[in-house]
Amino acid sequence: MKRIIATALVIMGLLLGIGGLAAAQRGKMIQVKGSDTMVNLVQILAEEYMGKTPGAAIAVLGGGSGTGITGLINQTCDIANSSRDWKPKEIDQAWEKGVKPRFFVTAVDGLSIVVNEKNPIEQLTIAQVGALYRGEVKSWKAVGGPEKAVSLYGRQSNSGTYGFMQEFVLGNKNYSTDMKEMNGNAQIIEGILQDEGAVGYVGVGYLFDQAGQVRKGLKIIKISKEPNGTGYLPTDKAAVDSGDYPISRPLYMATNSKPQAGVAQFLAWISGPEGQAIVEREGFFAIGADQKAQNEKNLKFSR
Amino acid sequence: MRKKKWANVKEAAIRVFFFACGILAILVLIGIFITLVSTAVPAFREIKVSEFLLKTNWDPTSPEKEEYGLLSMIVSTLMVTAGALLLAIPIGIGVAAYLSDVAHWRTREILKPVIEILAVIPSVVVGFLGIVLFGPVIAKIFHTGHGLNAVNGSFLLAIMALPTIISISEDSLSAVPAAYGEASLALGASRWQTLVRVRLPASLSGIIAASMLGMGRAIGETMTVLMVTGNARSFPHGFLDSVRTMTSNIAIELGEVPYYTTHYYALFAIGLVLFVMTFVVNLIADVVLRKYQEREQ
Repeated sequence: MKRIIATALVIMGLLLGIGGLAAAQRGKMIQVKGSDTMVNLVQILAEEYMGKTPGAAIAVLGGGSGTGITGLINQTCDIANSSRDWKPKEIDQAWEKGVKPRFFVTAVDGLSIVVNEKNPIEQLTIAQVGALYRGEVKSWKAVGGPEKAVSLYGRQSNSGTYGFMQEFVLGNKNYSTDMKEMNGNAQIIEGILQDEGAVGYVGVGYLFDQAGQVRKGLKIIKISKEPNGTGYLPTDKAAVDSGDYPISRPLYMATNSKPQAGVAQFLAWISGPEGQAIVEREGFFAIGADQKAQNEKNLKFSR
Repeated sequence: MRKKKWANVKEAAIRVFFFACGILAILVLIGIFITLVSTAVPAFREIKVSEFLLKTNWDPTSPEKEEYGLLSMIVSTLMVTAGALLLAIPIGIGVAAYLSDVAHWRTREILKPVIEILAVIPSVVVGFLGIVLFGPVIAKIFHTGHGLNAVNGSFLLAIMALPTIISISEDSLSAVPAAYGEASLALGASRWQTLVRVRLPASLSGIIAASMLGMGRAIGETMTVLMVTGNARSFPHGFLDSVRTMTSNIAIELGEVPYYTTHYYALFAIGLVLFVMTFVVNLIADVVLRKYQEREQ
């Protein structure tokens, strides 16, 4: 009996100790949360940065842009990744709670429209993509394809990609309720690989396999602004930079007010040449000169 | 003398400890219920109850008009659950009958623990199997292009409900007094007739209770369903449509919802609806089981 009590006490003590250690660790660790589109990229950025900077500890979590933004508002993370602009409602909520969000552009993403390789369609206008996702077009025949039902794949409503598509491509209209709402970019791609009638939207970073080739079985659709206009691919950096490719977006990291030294160093490193090289290596586009200048201003500006 | 006094104190302390443990479960249940109700009720300041339960469109983040209609999800949940039970109950009773009446005792001793192990497979793993294994098979058989639909969900939930159904059904079949079966055989009935006409009816309430508990398991399951049913919000027209259950919806939306908004409260209201549904199912199971035990005595 005595021994049991003693053992129990030792175990409880150990648990408390571990809990305390974990809490202490969390104090020093930079918590990053948010966009699933960015989670792989930021994870790699964090790993490389930690390898070069002794003492830096960064934990990166996904969950969707909304999750990250809520996290920053509720002050459960230091940096919120988001693949869309914050909504005015969210900024209001942040200010109400004393959080002053400050934004840093990390990379530029071309959102790509993808179909199964067996689908003969090569090019769509941005309006046609919108019609597909609003559920106005039920068959591929209506956009110049074969007589086959359109099977929509999209993200869940906590995803920044979901919000970005809704705003830029659907024209702020409702998604078709027939859209299958998947857990992440990778799941959308898995769905498209199996489903010949499928269409999906994913970030460019997810289109390539480890060798840097476009995943087998996928076809990226060229997007044009006007009917019969020239179509561009999201993998074409020049077209994304010039805005000829119509569905591109900046990816943000947001902090509460002026970032603390550790966080600021990390953000400055990402904006710098080393960070941006990794951004490009991971299949995203580097930020432009004015975006970089704005980042630097945000790092210094104190209020 | 002193020793005896100490023993008394110890005795009392132990009694208090176990009483506290028992009460704790009830306190937790009451606590959950109160939290759920008090967080769900504010939702109905802005949503009409009739609209919540009878409209089919759910789109709380819509840029056009926020809508809170739960009916599609209620129907989807019931559909996936019913499909699961349609598969699991016949198979479950069959296996239970085999274990109690047909199998050699050695086979039974091996098989029963193995079936119970089925219950401890984590639901994510089951969902994973649904995506990579059953999904493509379903797509091929029904020519649907993809396997993210209610059938897939029902199939996996059936697998998850089976151990409960088999285990409890087998227990109740074994509890039927041996005299019933012996009398039937002595009257010249075959073993099949004895099983179907005598032993199964005698254990019916236990089997019903087993099915109800399996149903409770199926209604509340989240991860598996979330992974394989496609989560489309439209009203389901058949088992080959993608569906979104109530549990999936809570799991999907609770992570991003701004706290203390109508949407947040509405998610708790869904939780309340689920709670009431599983509670009723479990209550029925309990009443049936009690009736069965009373008759035994």
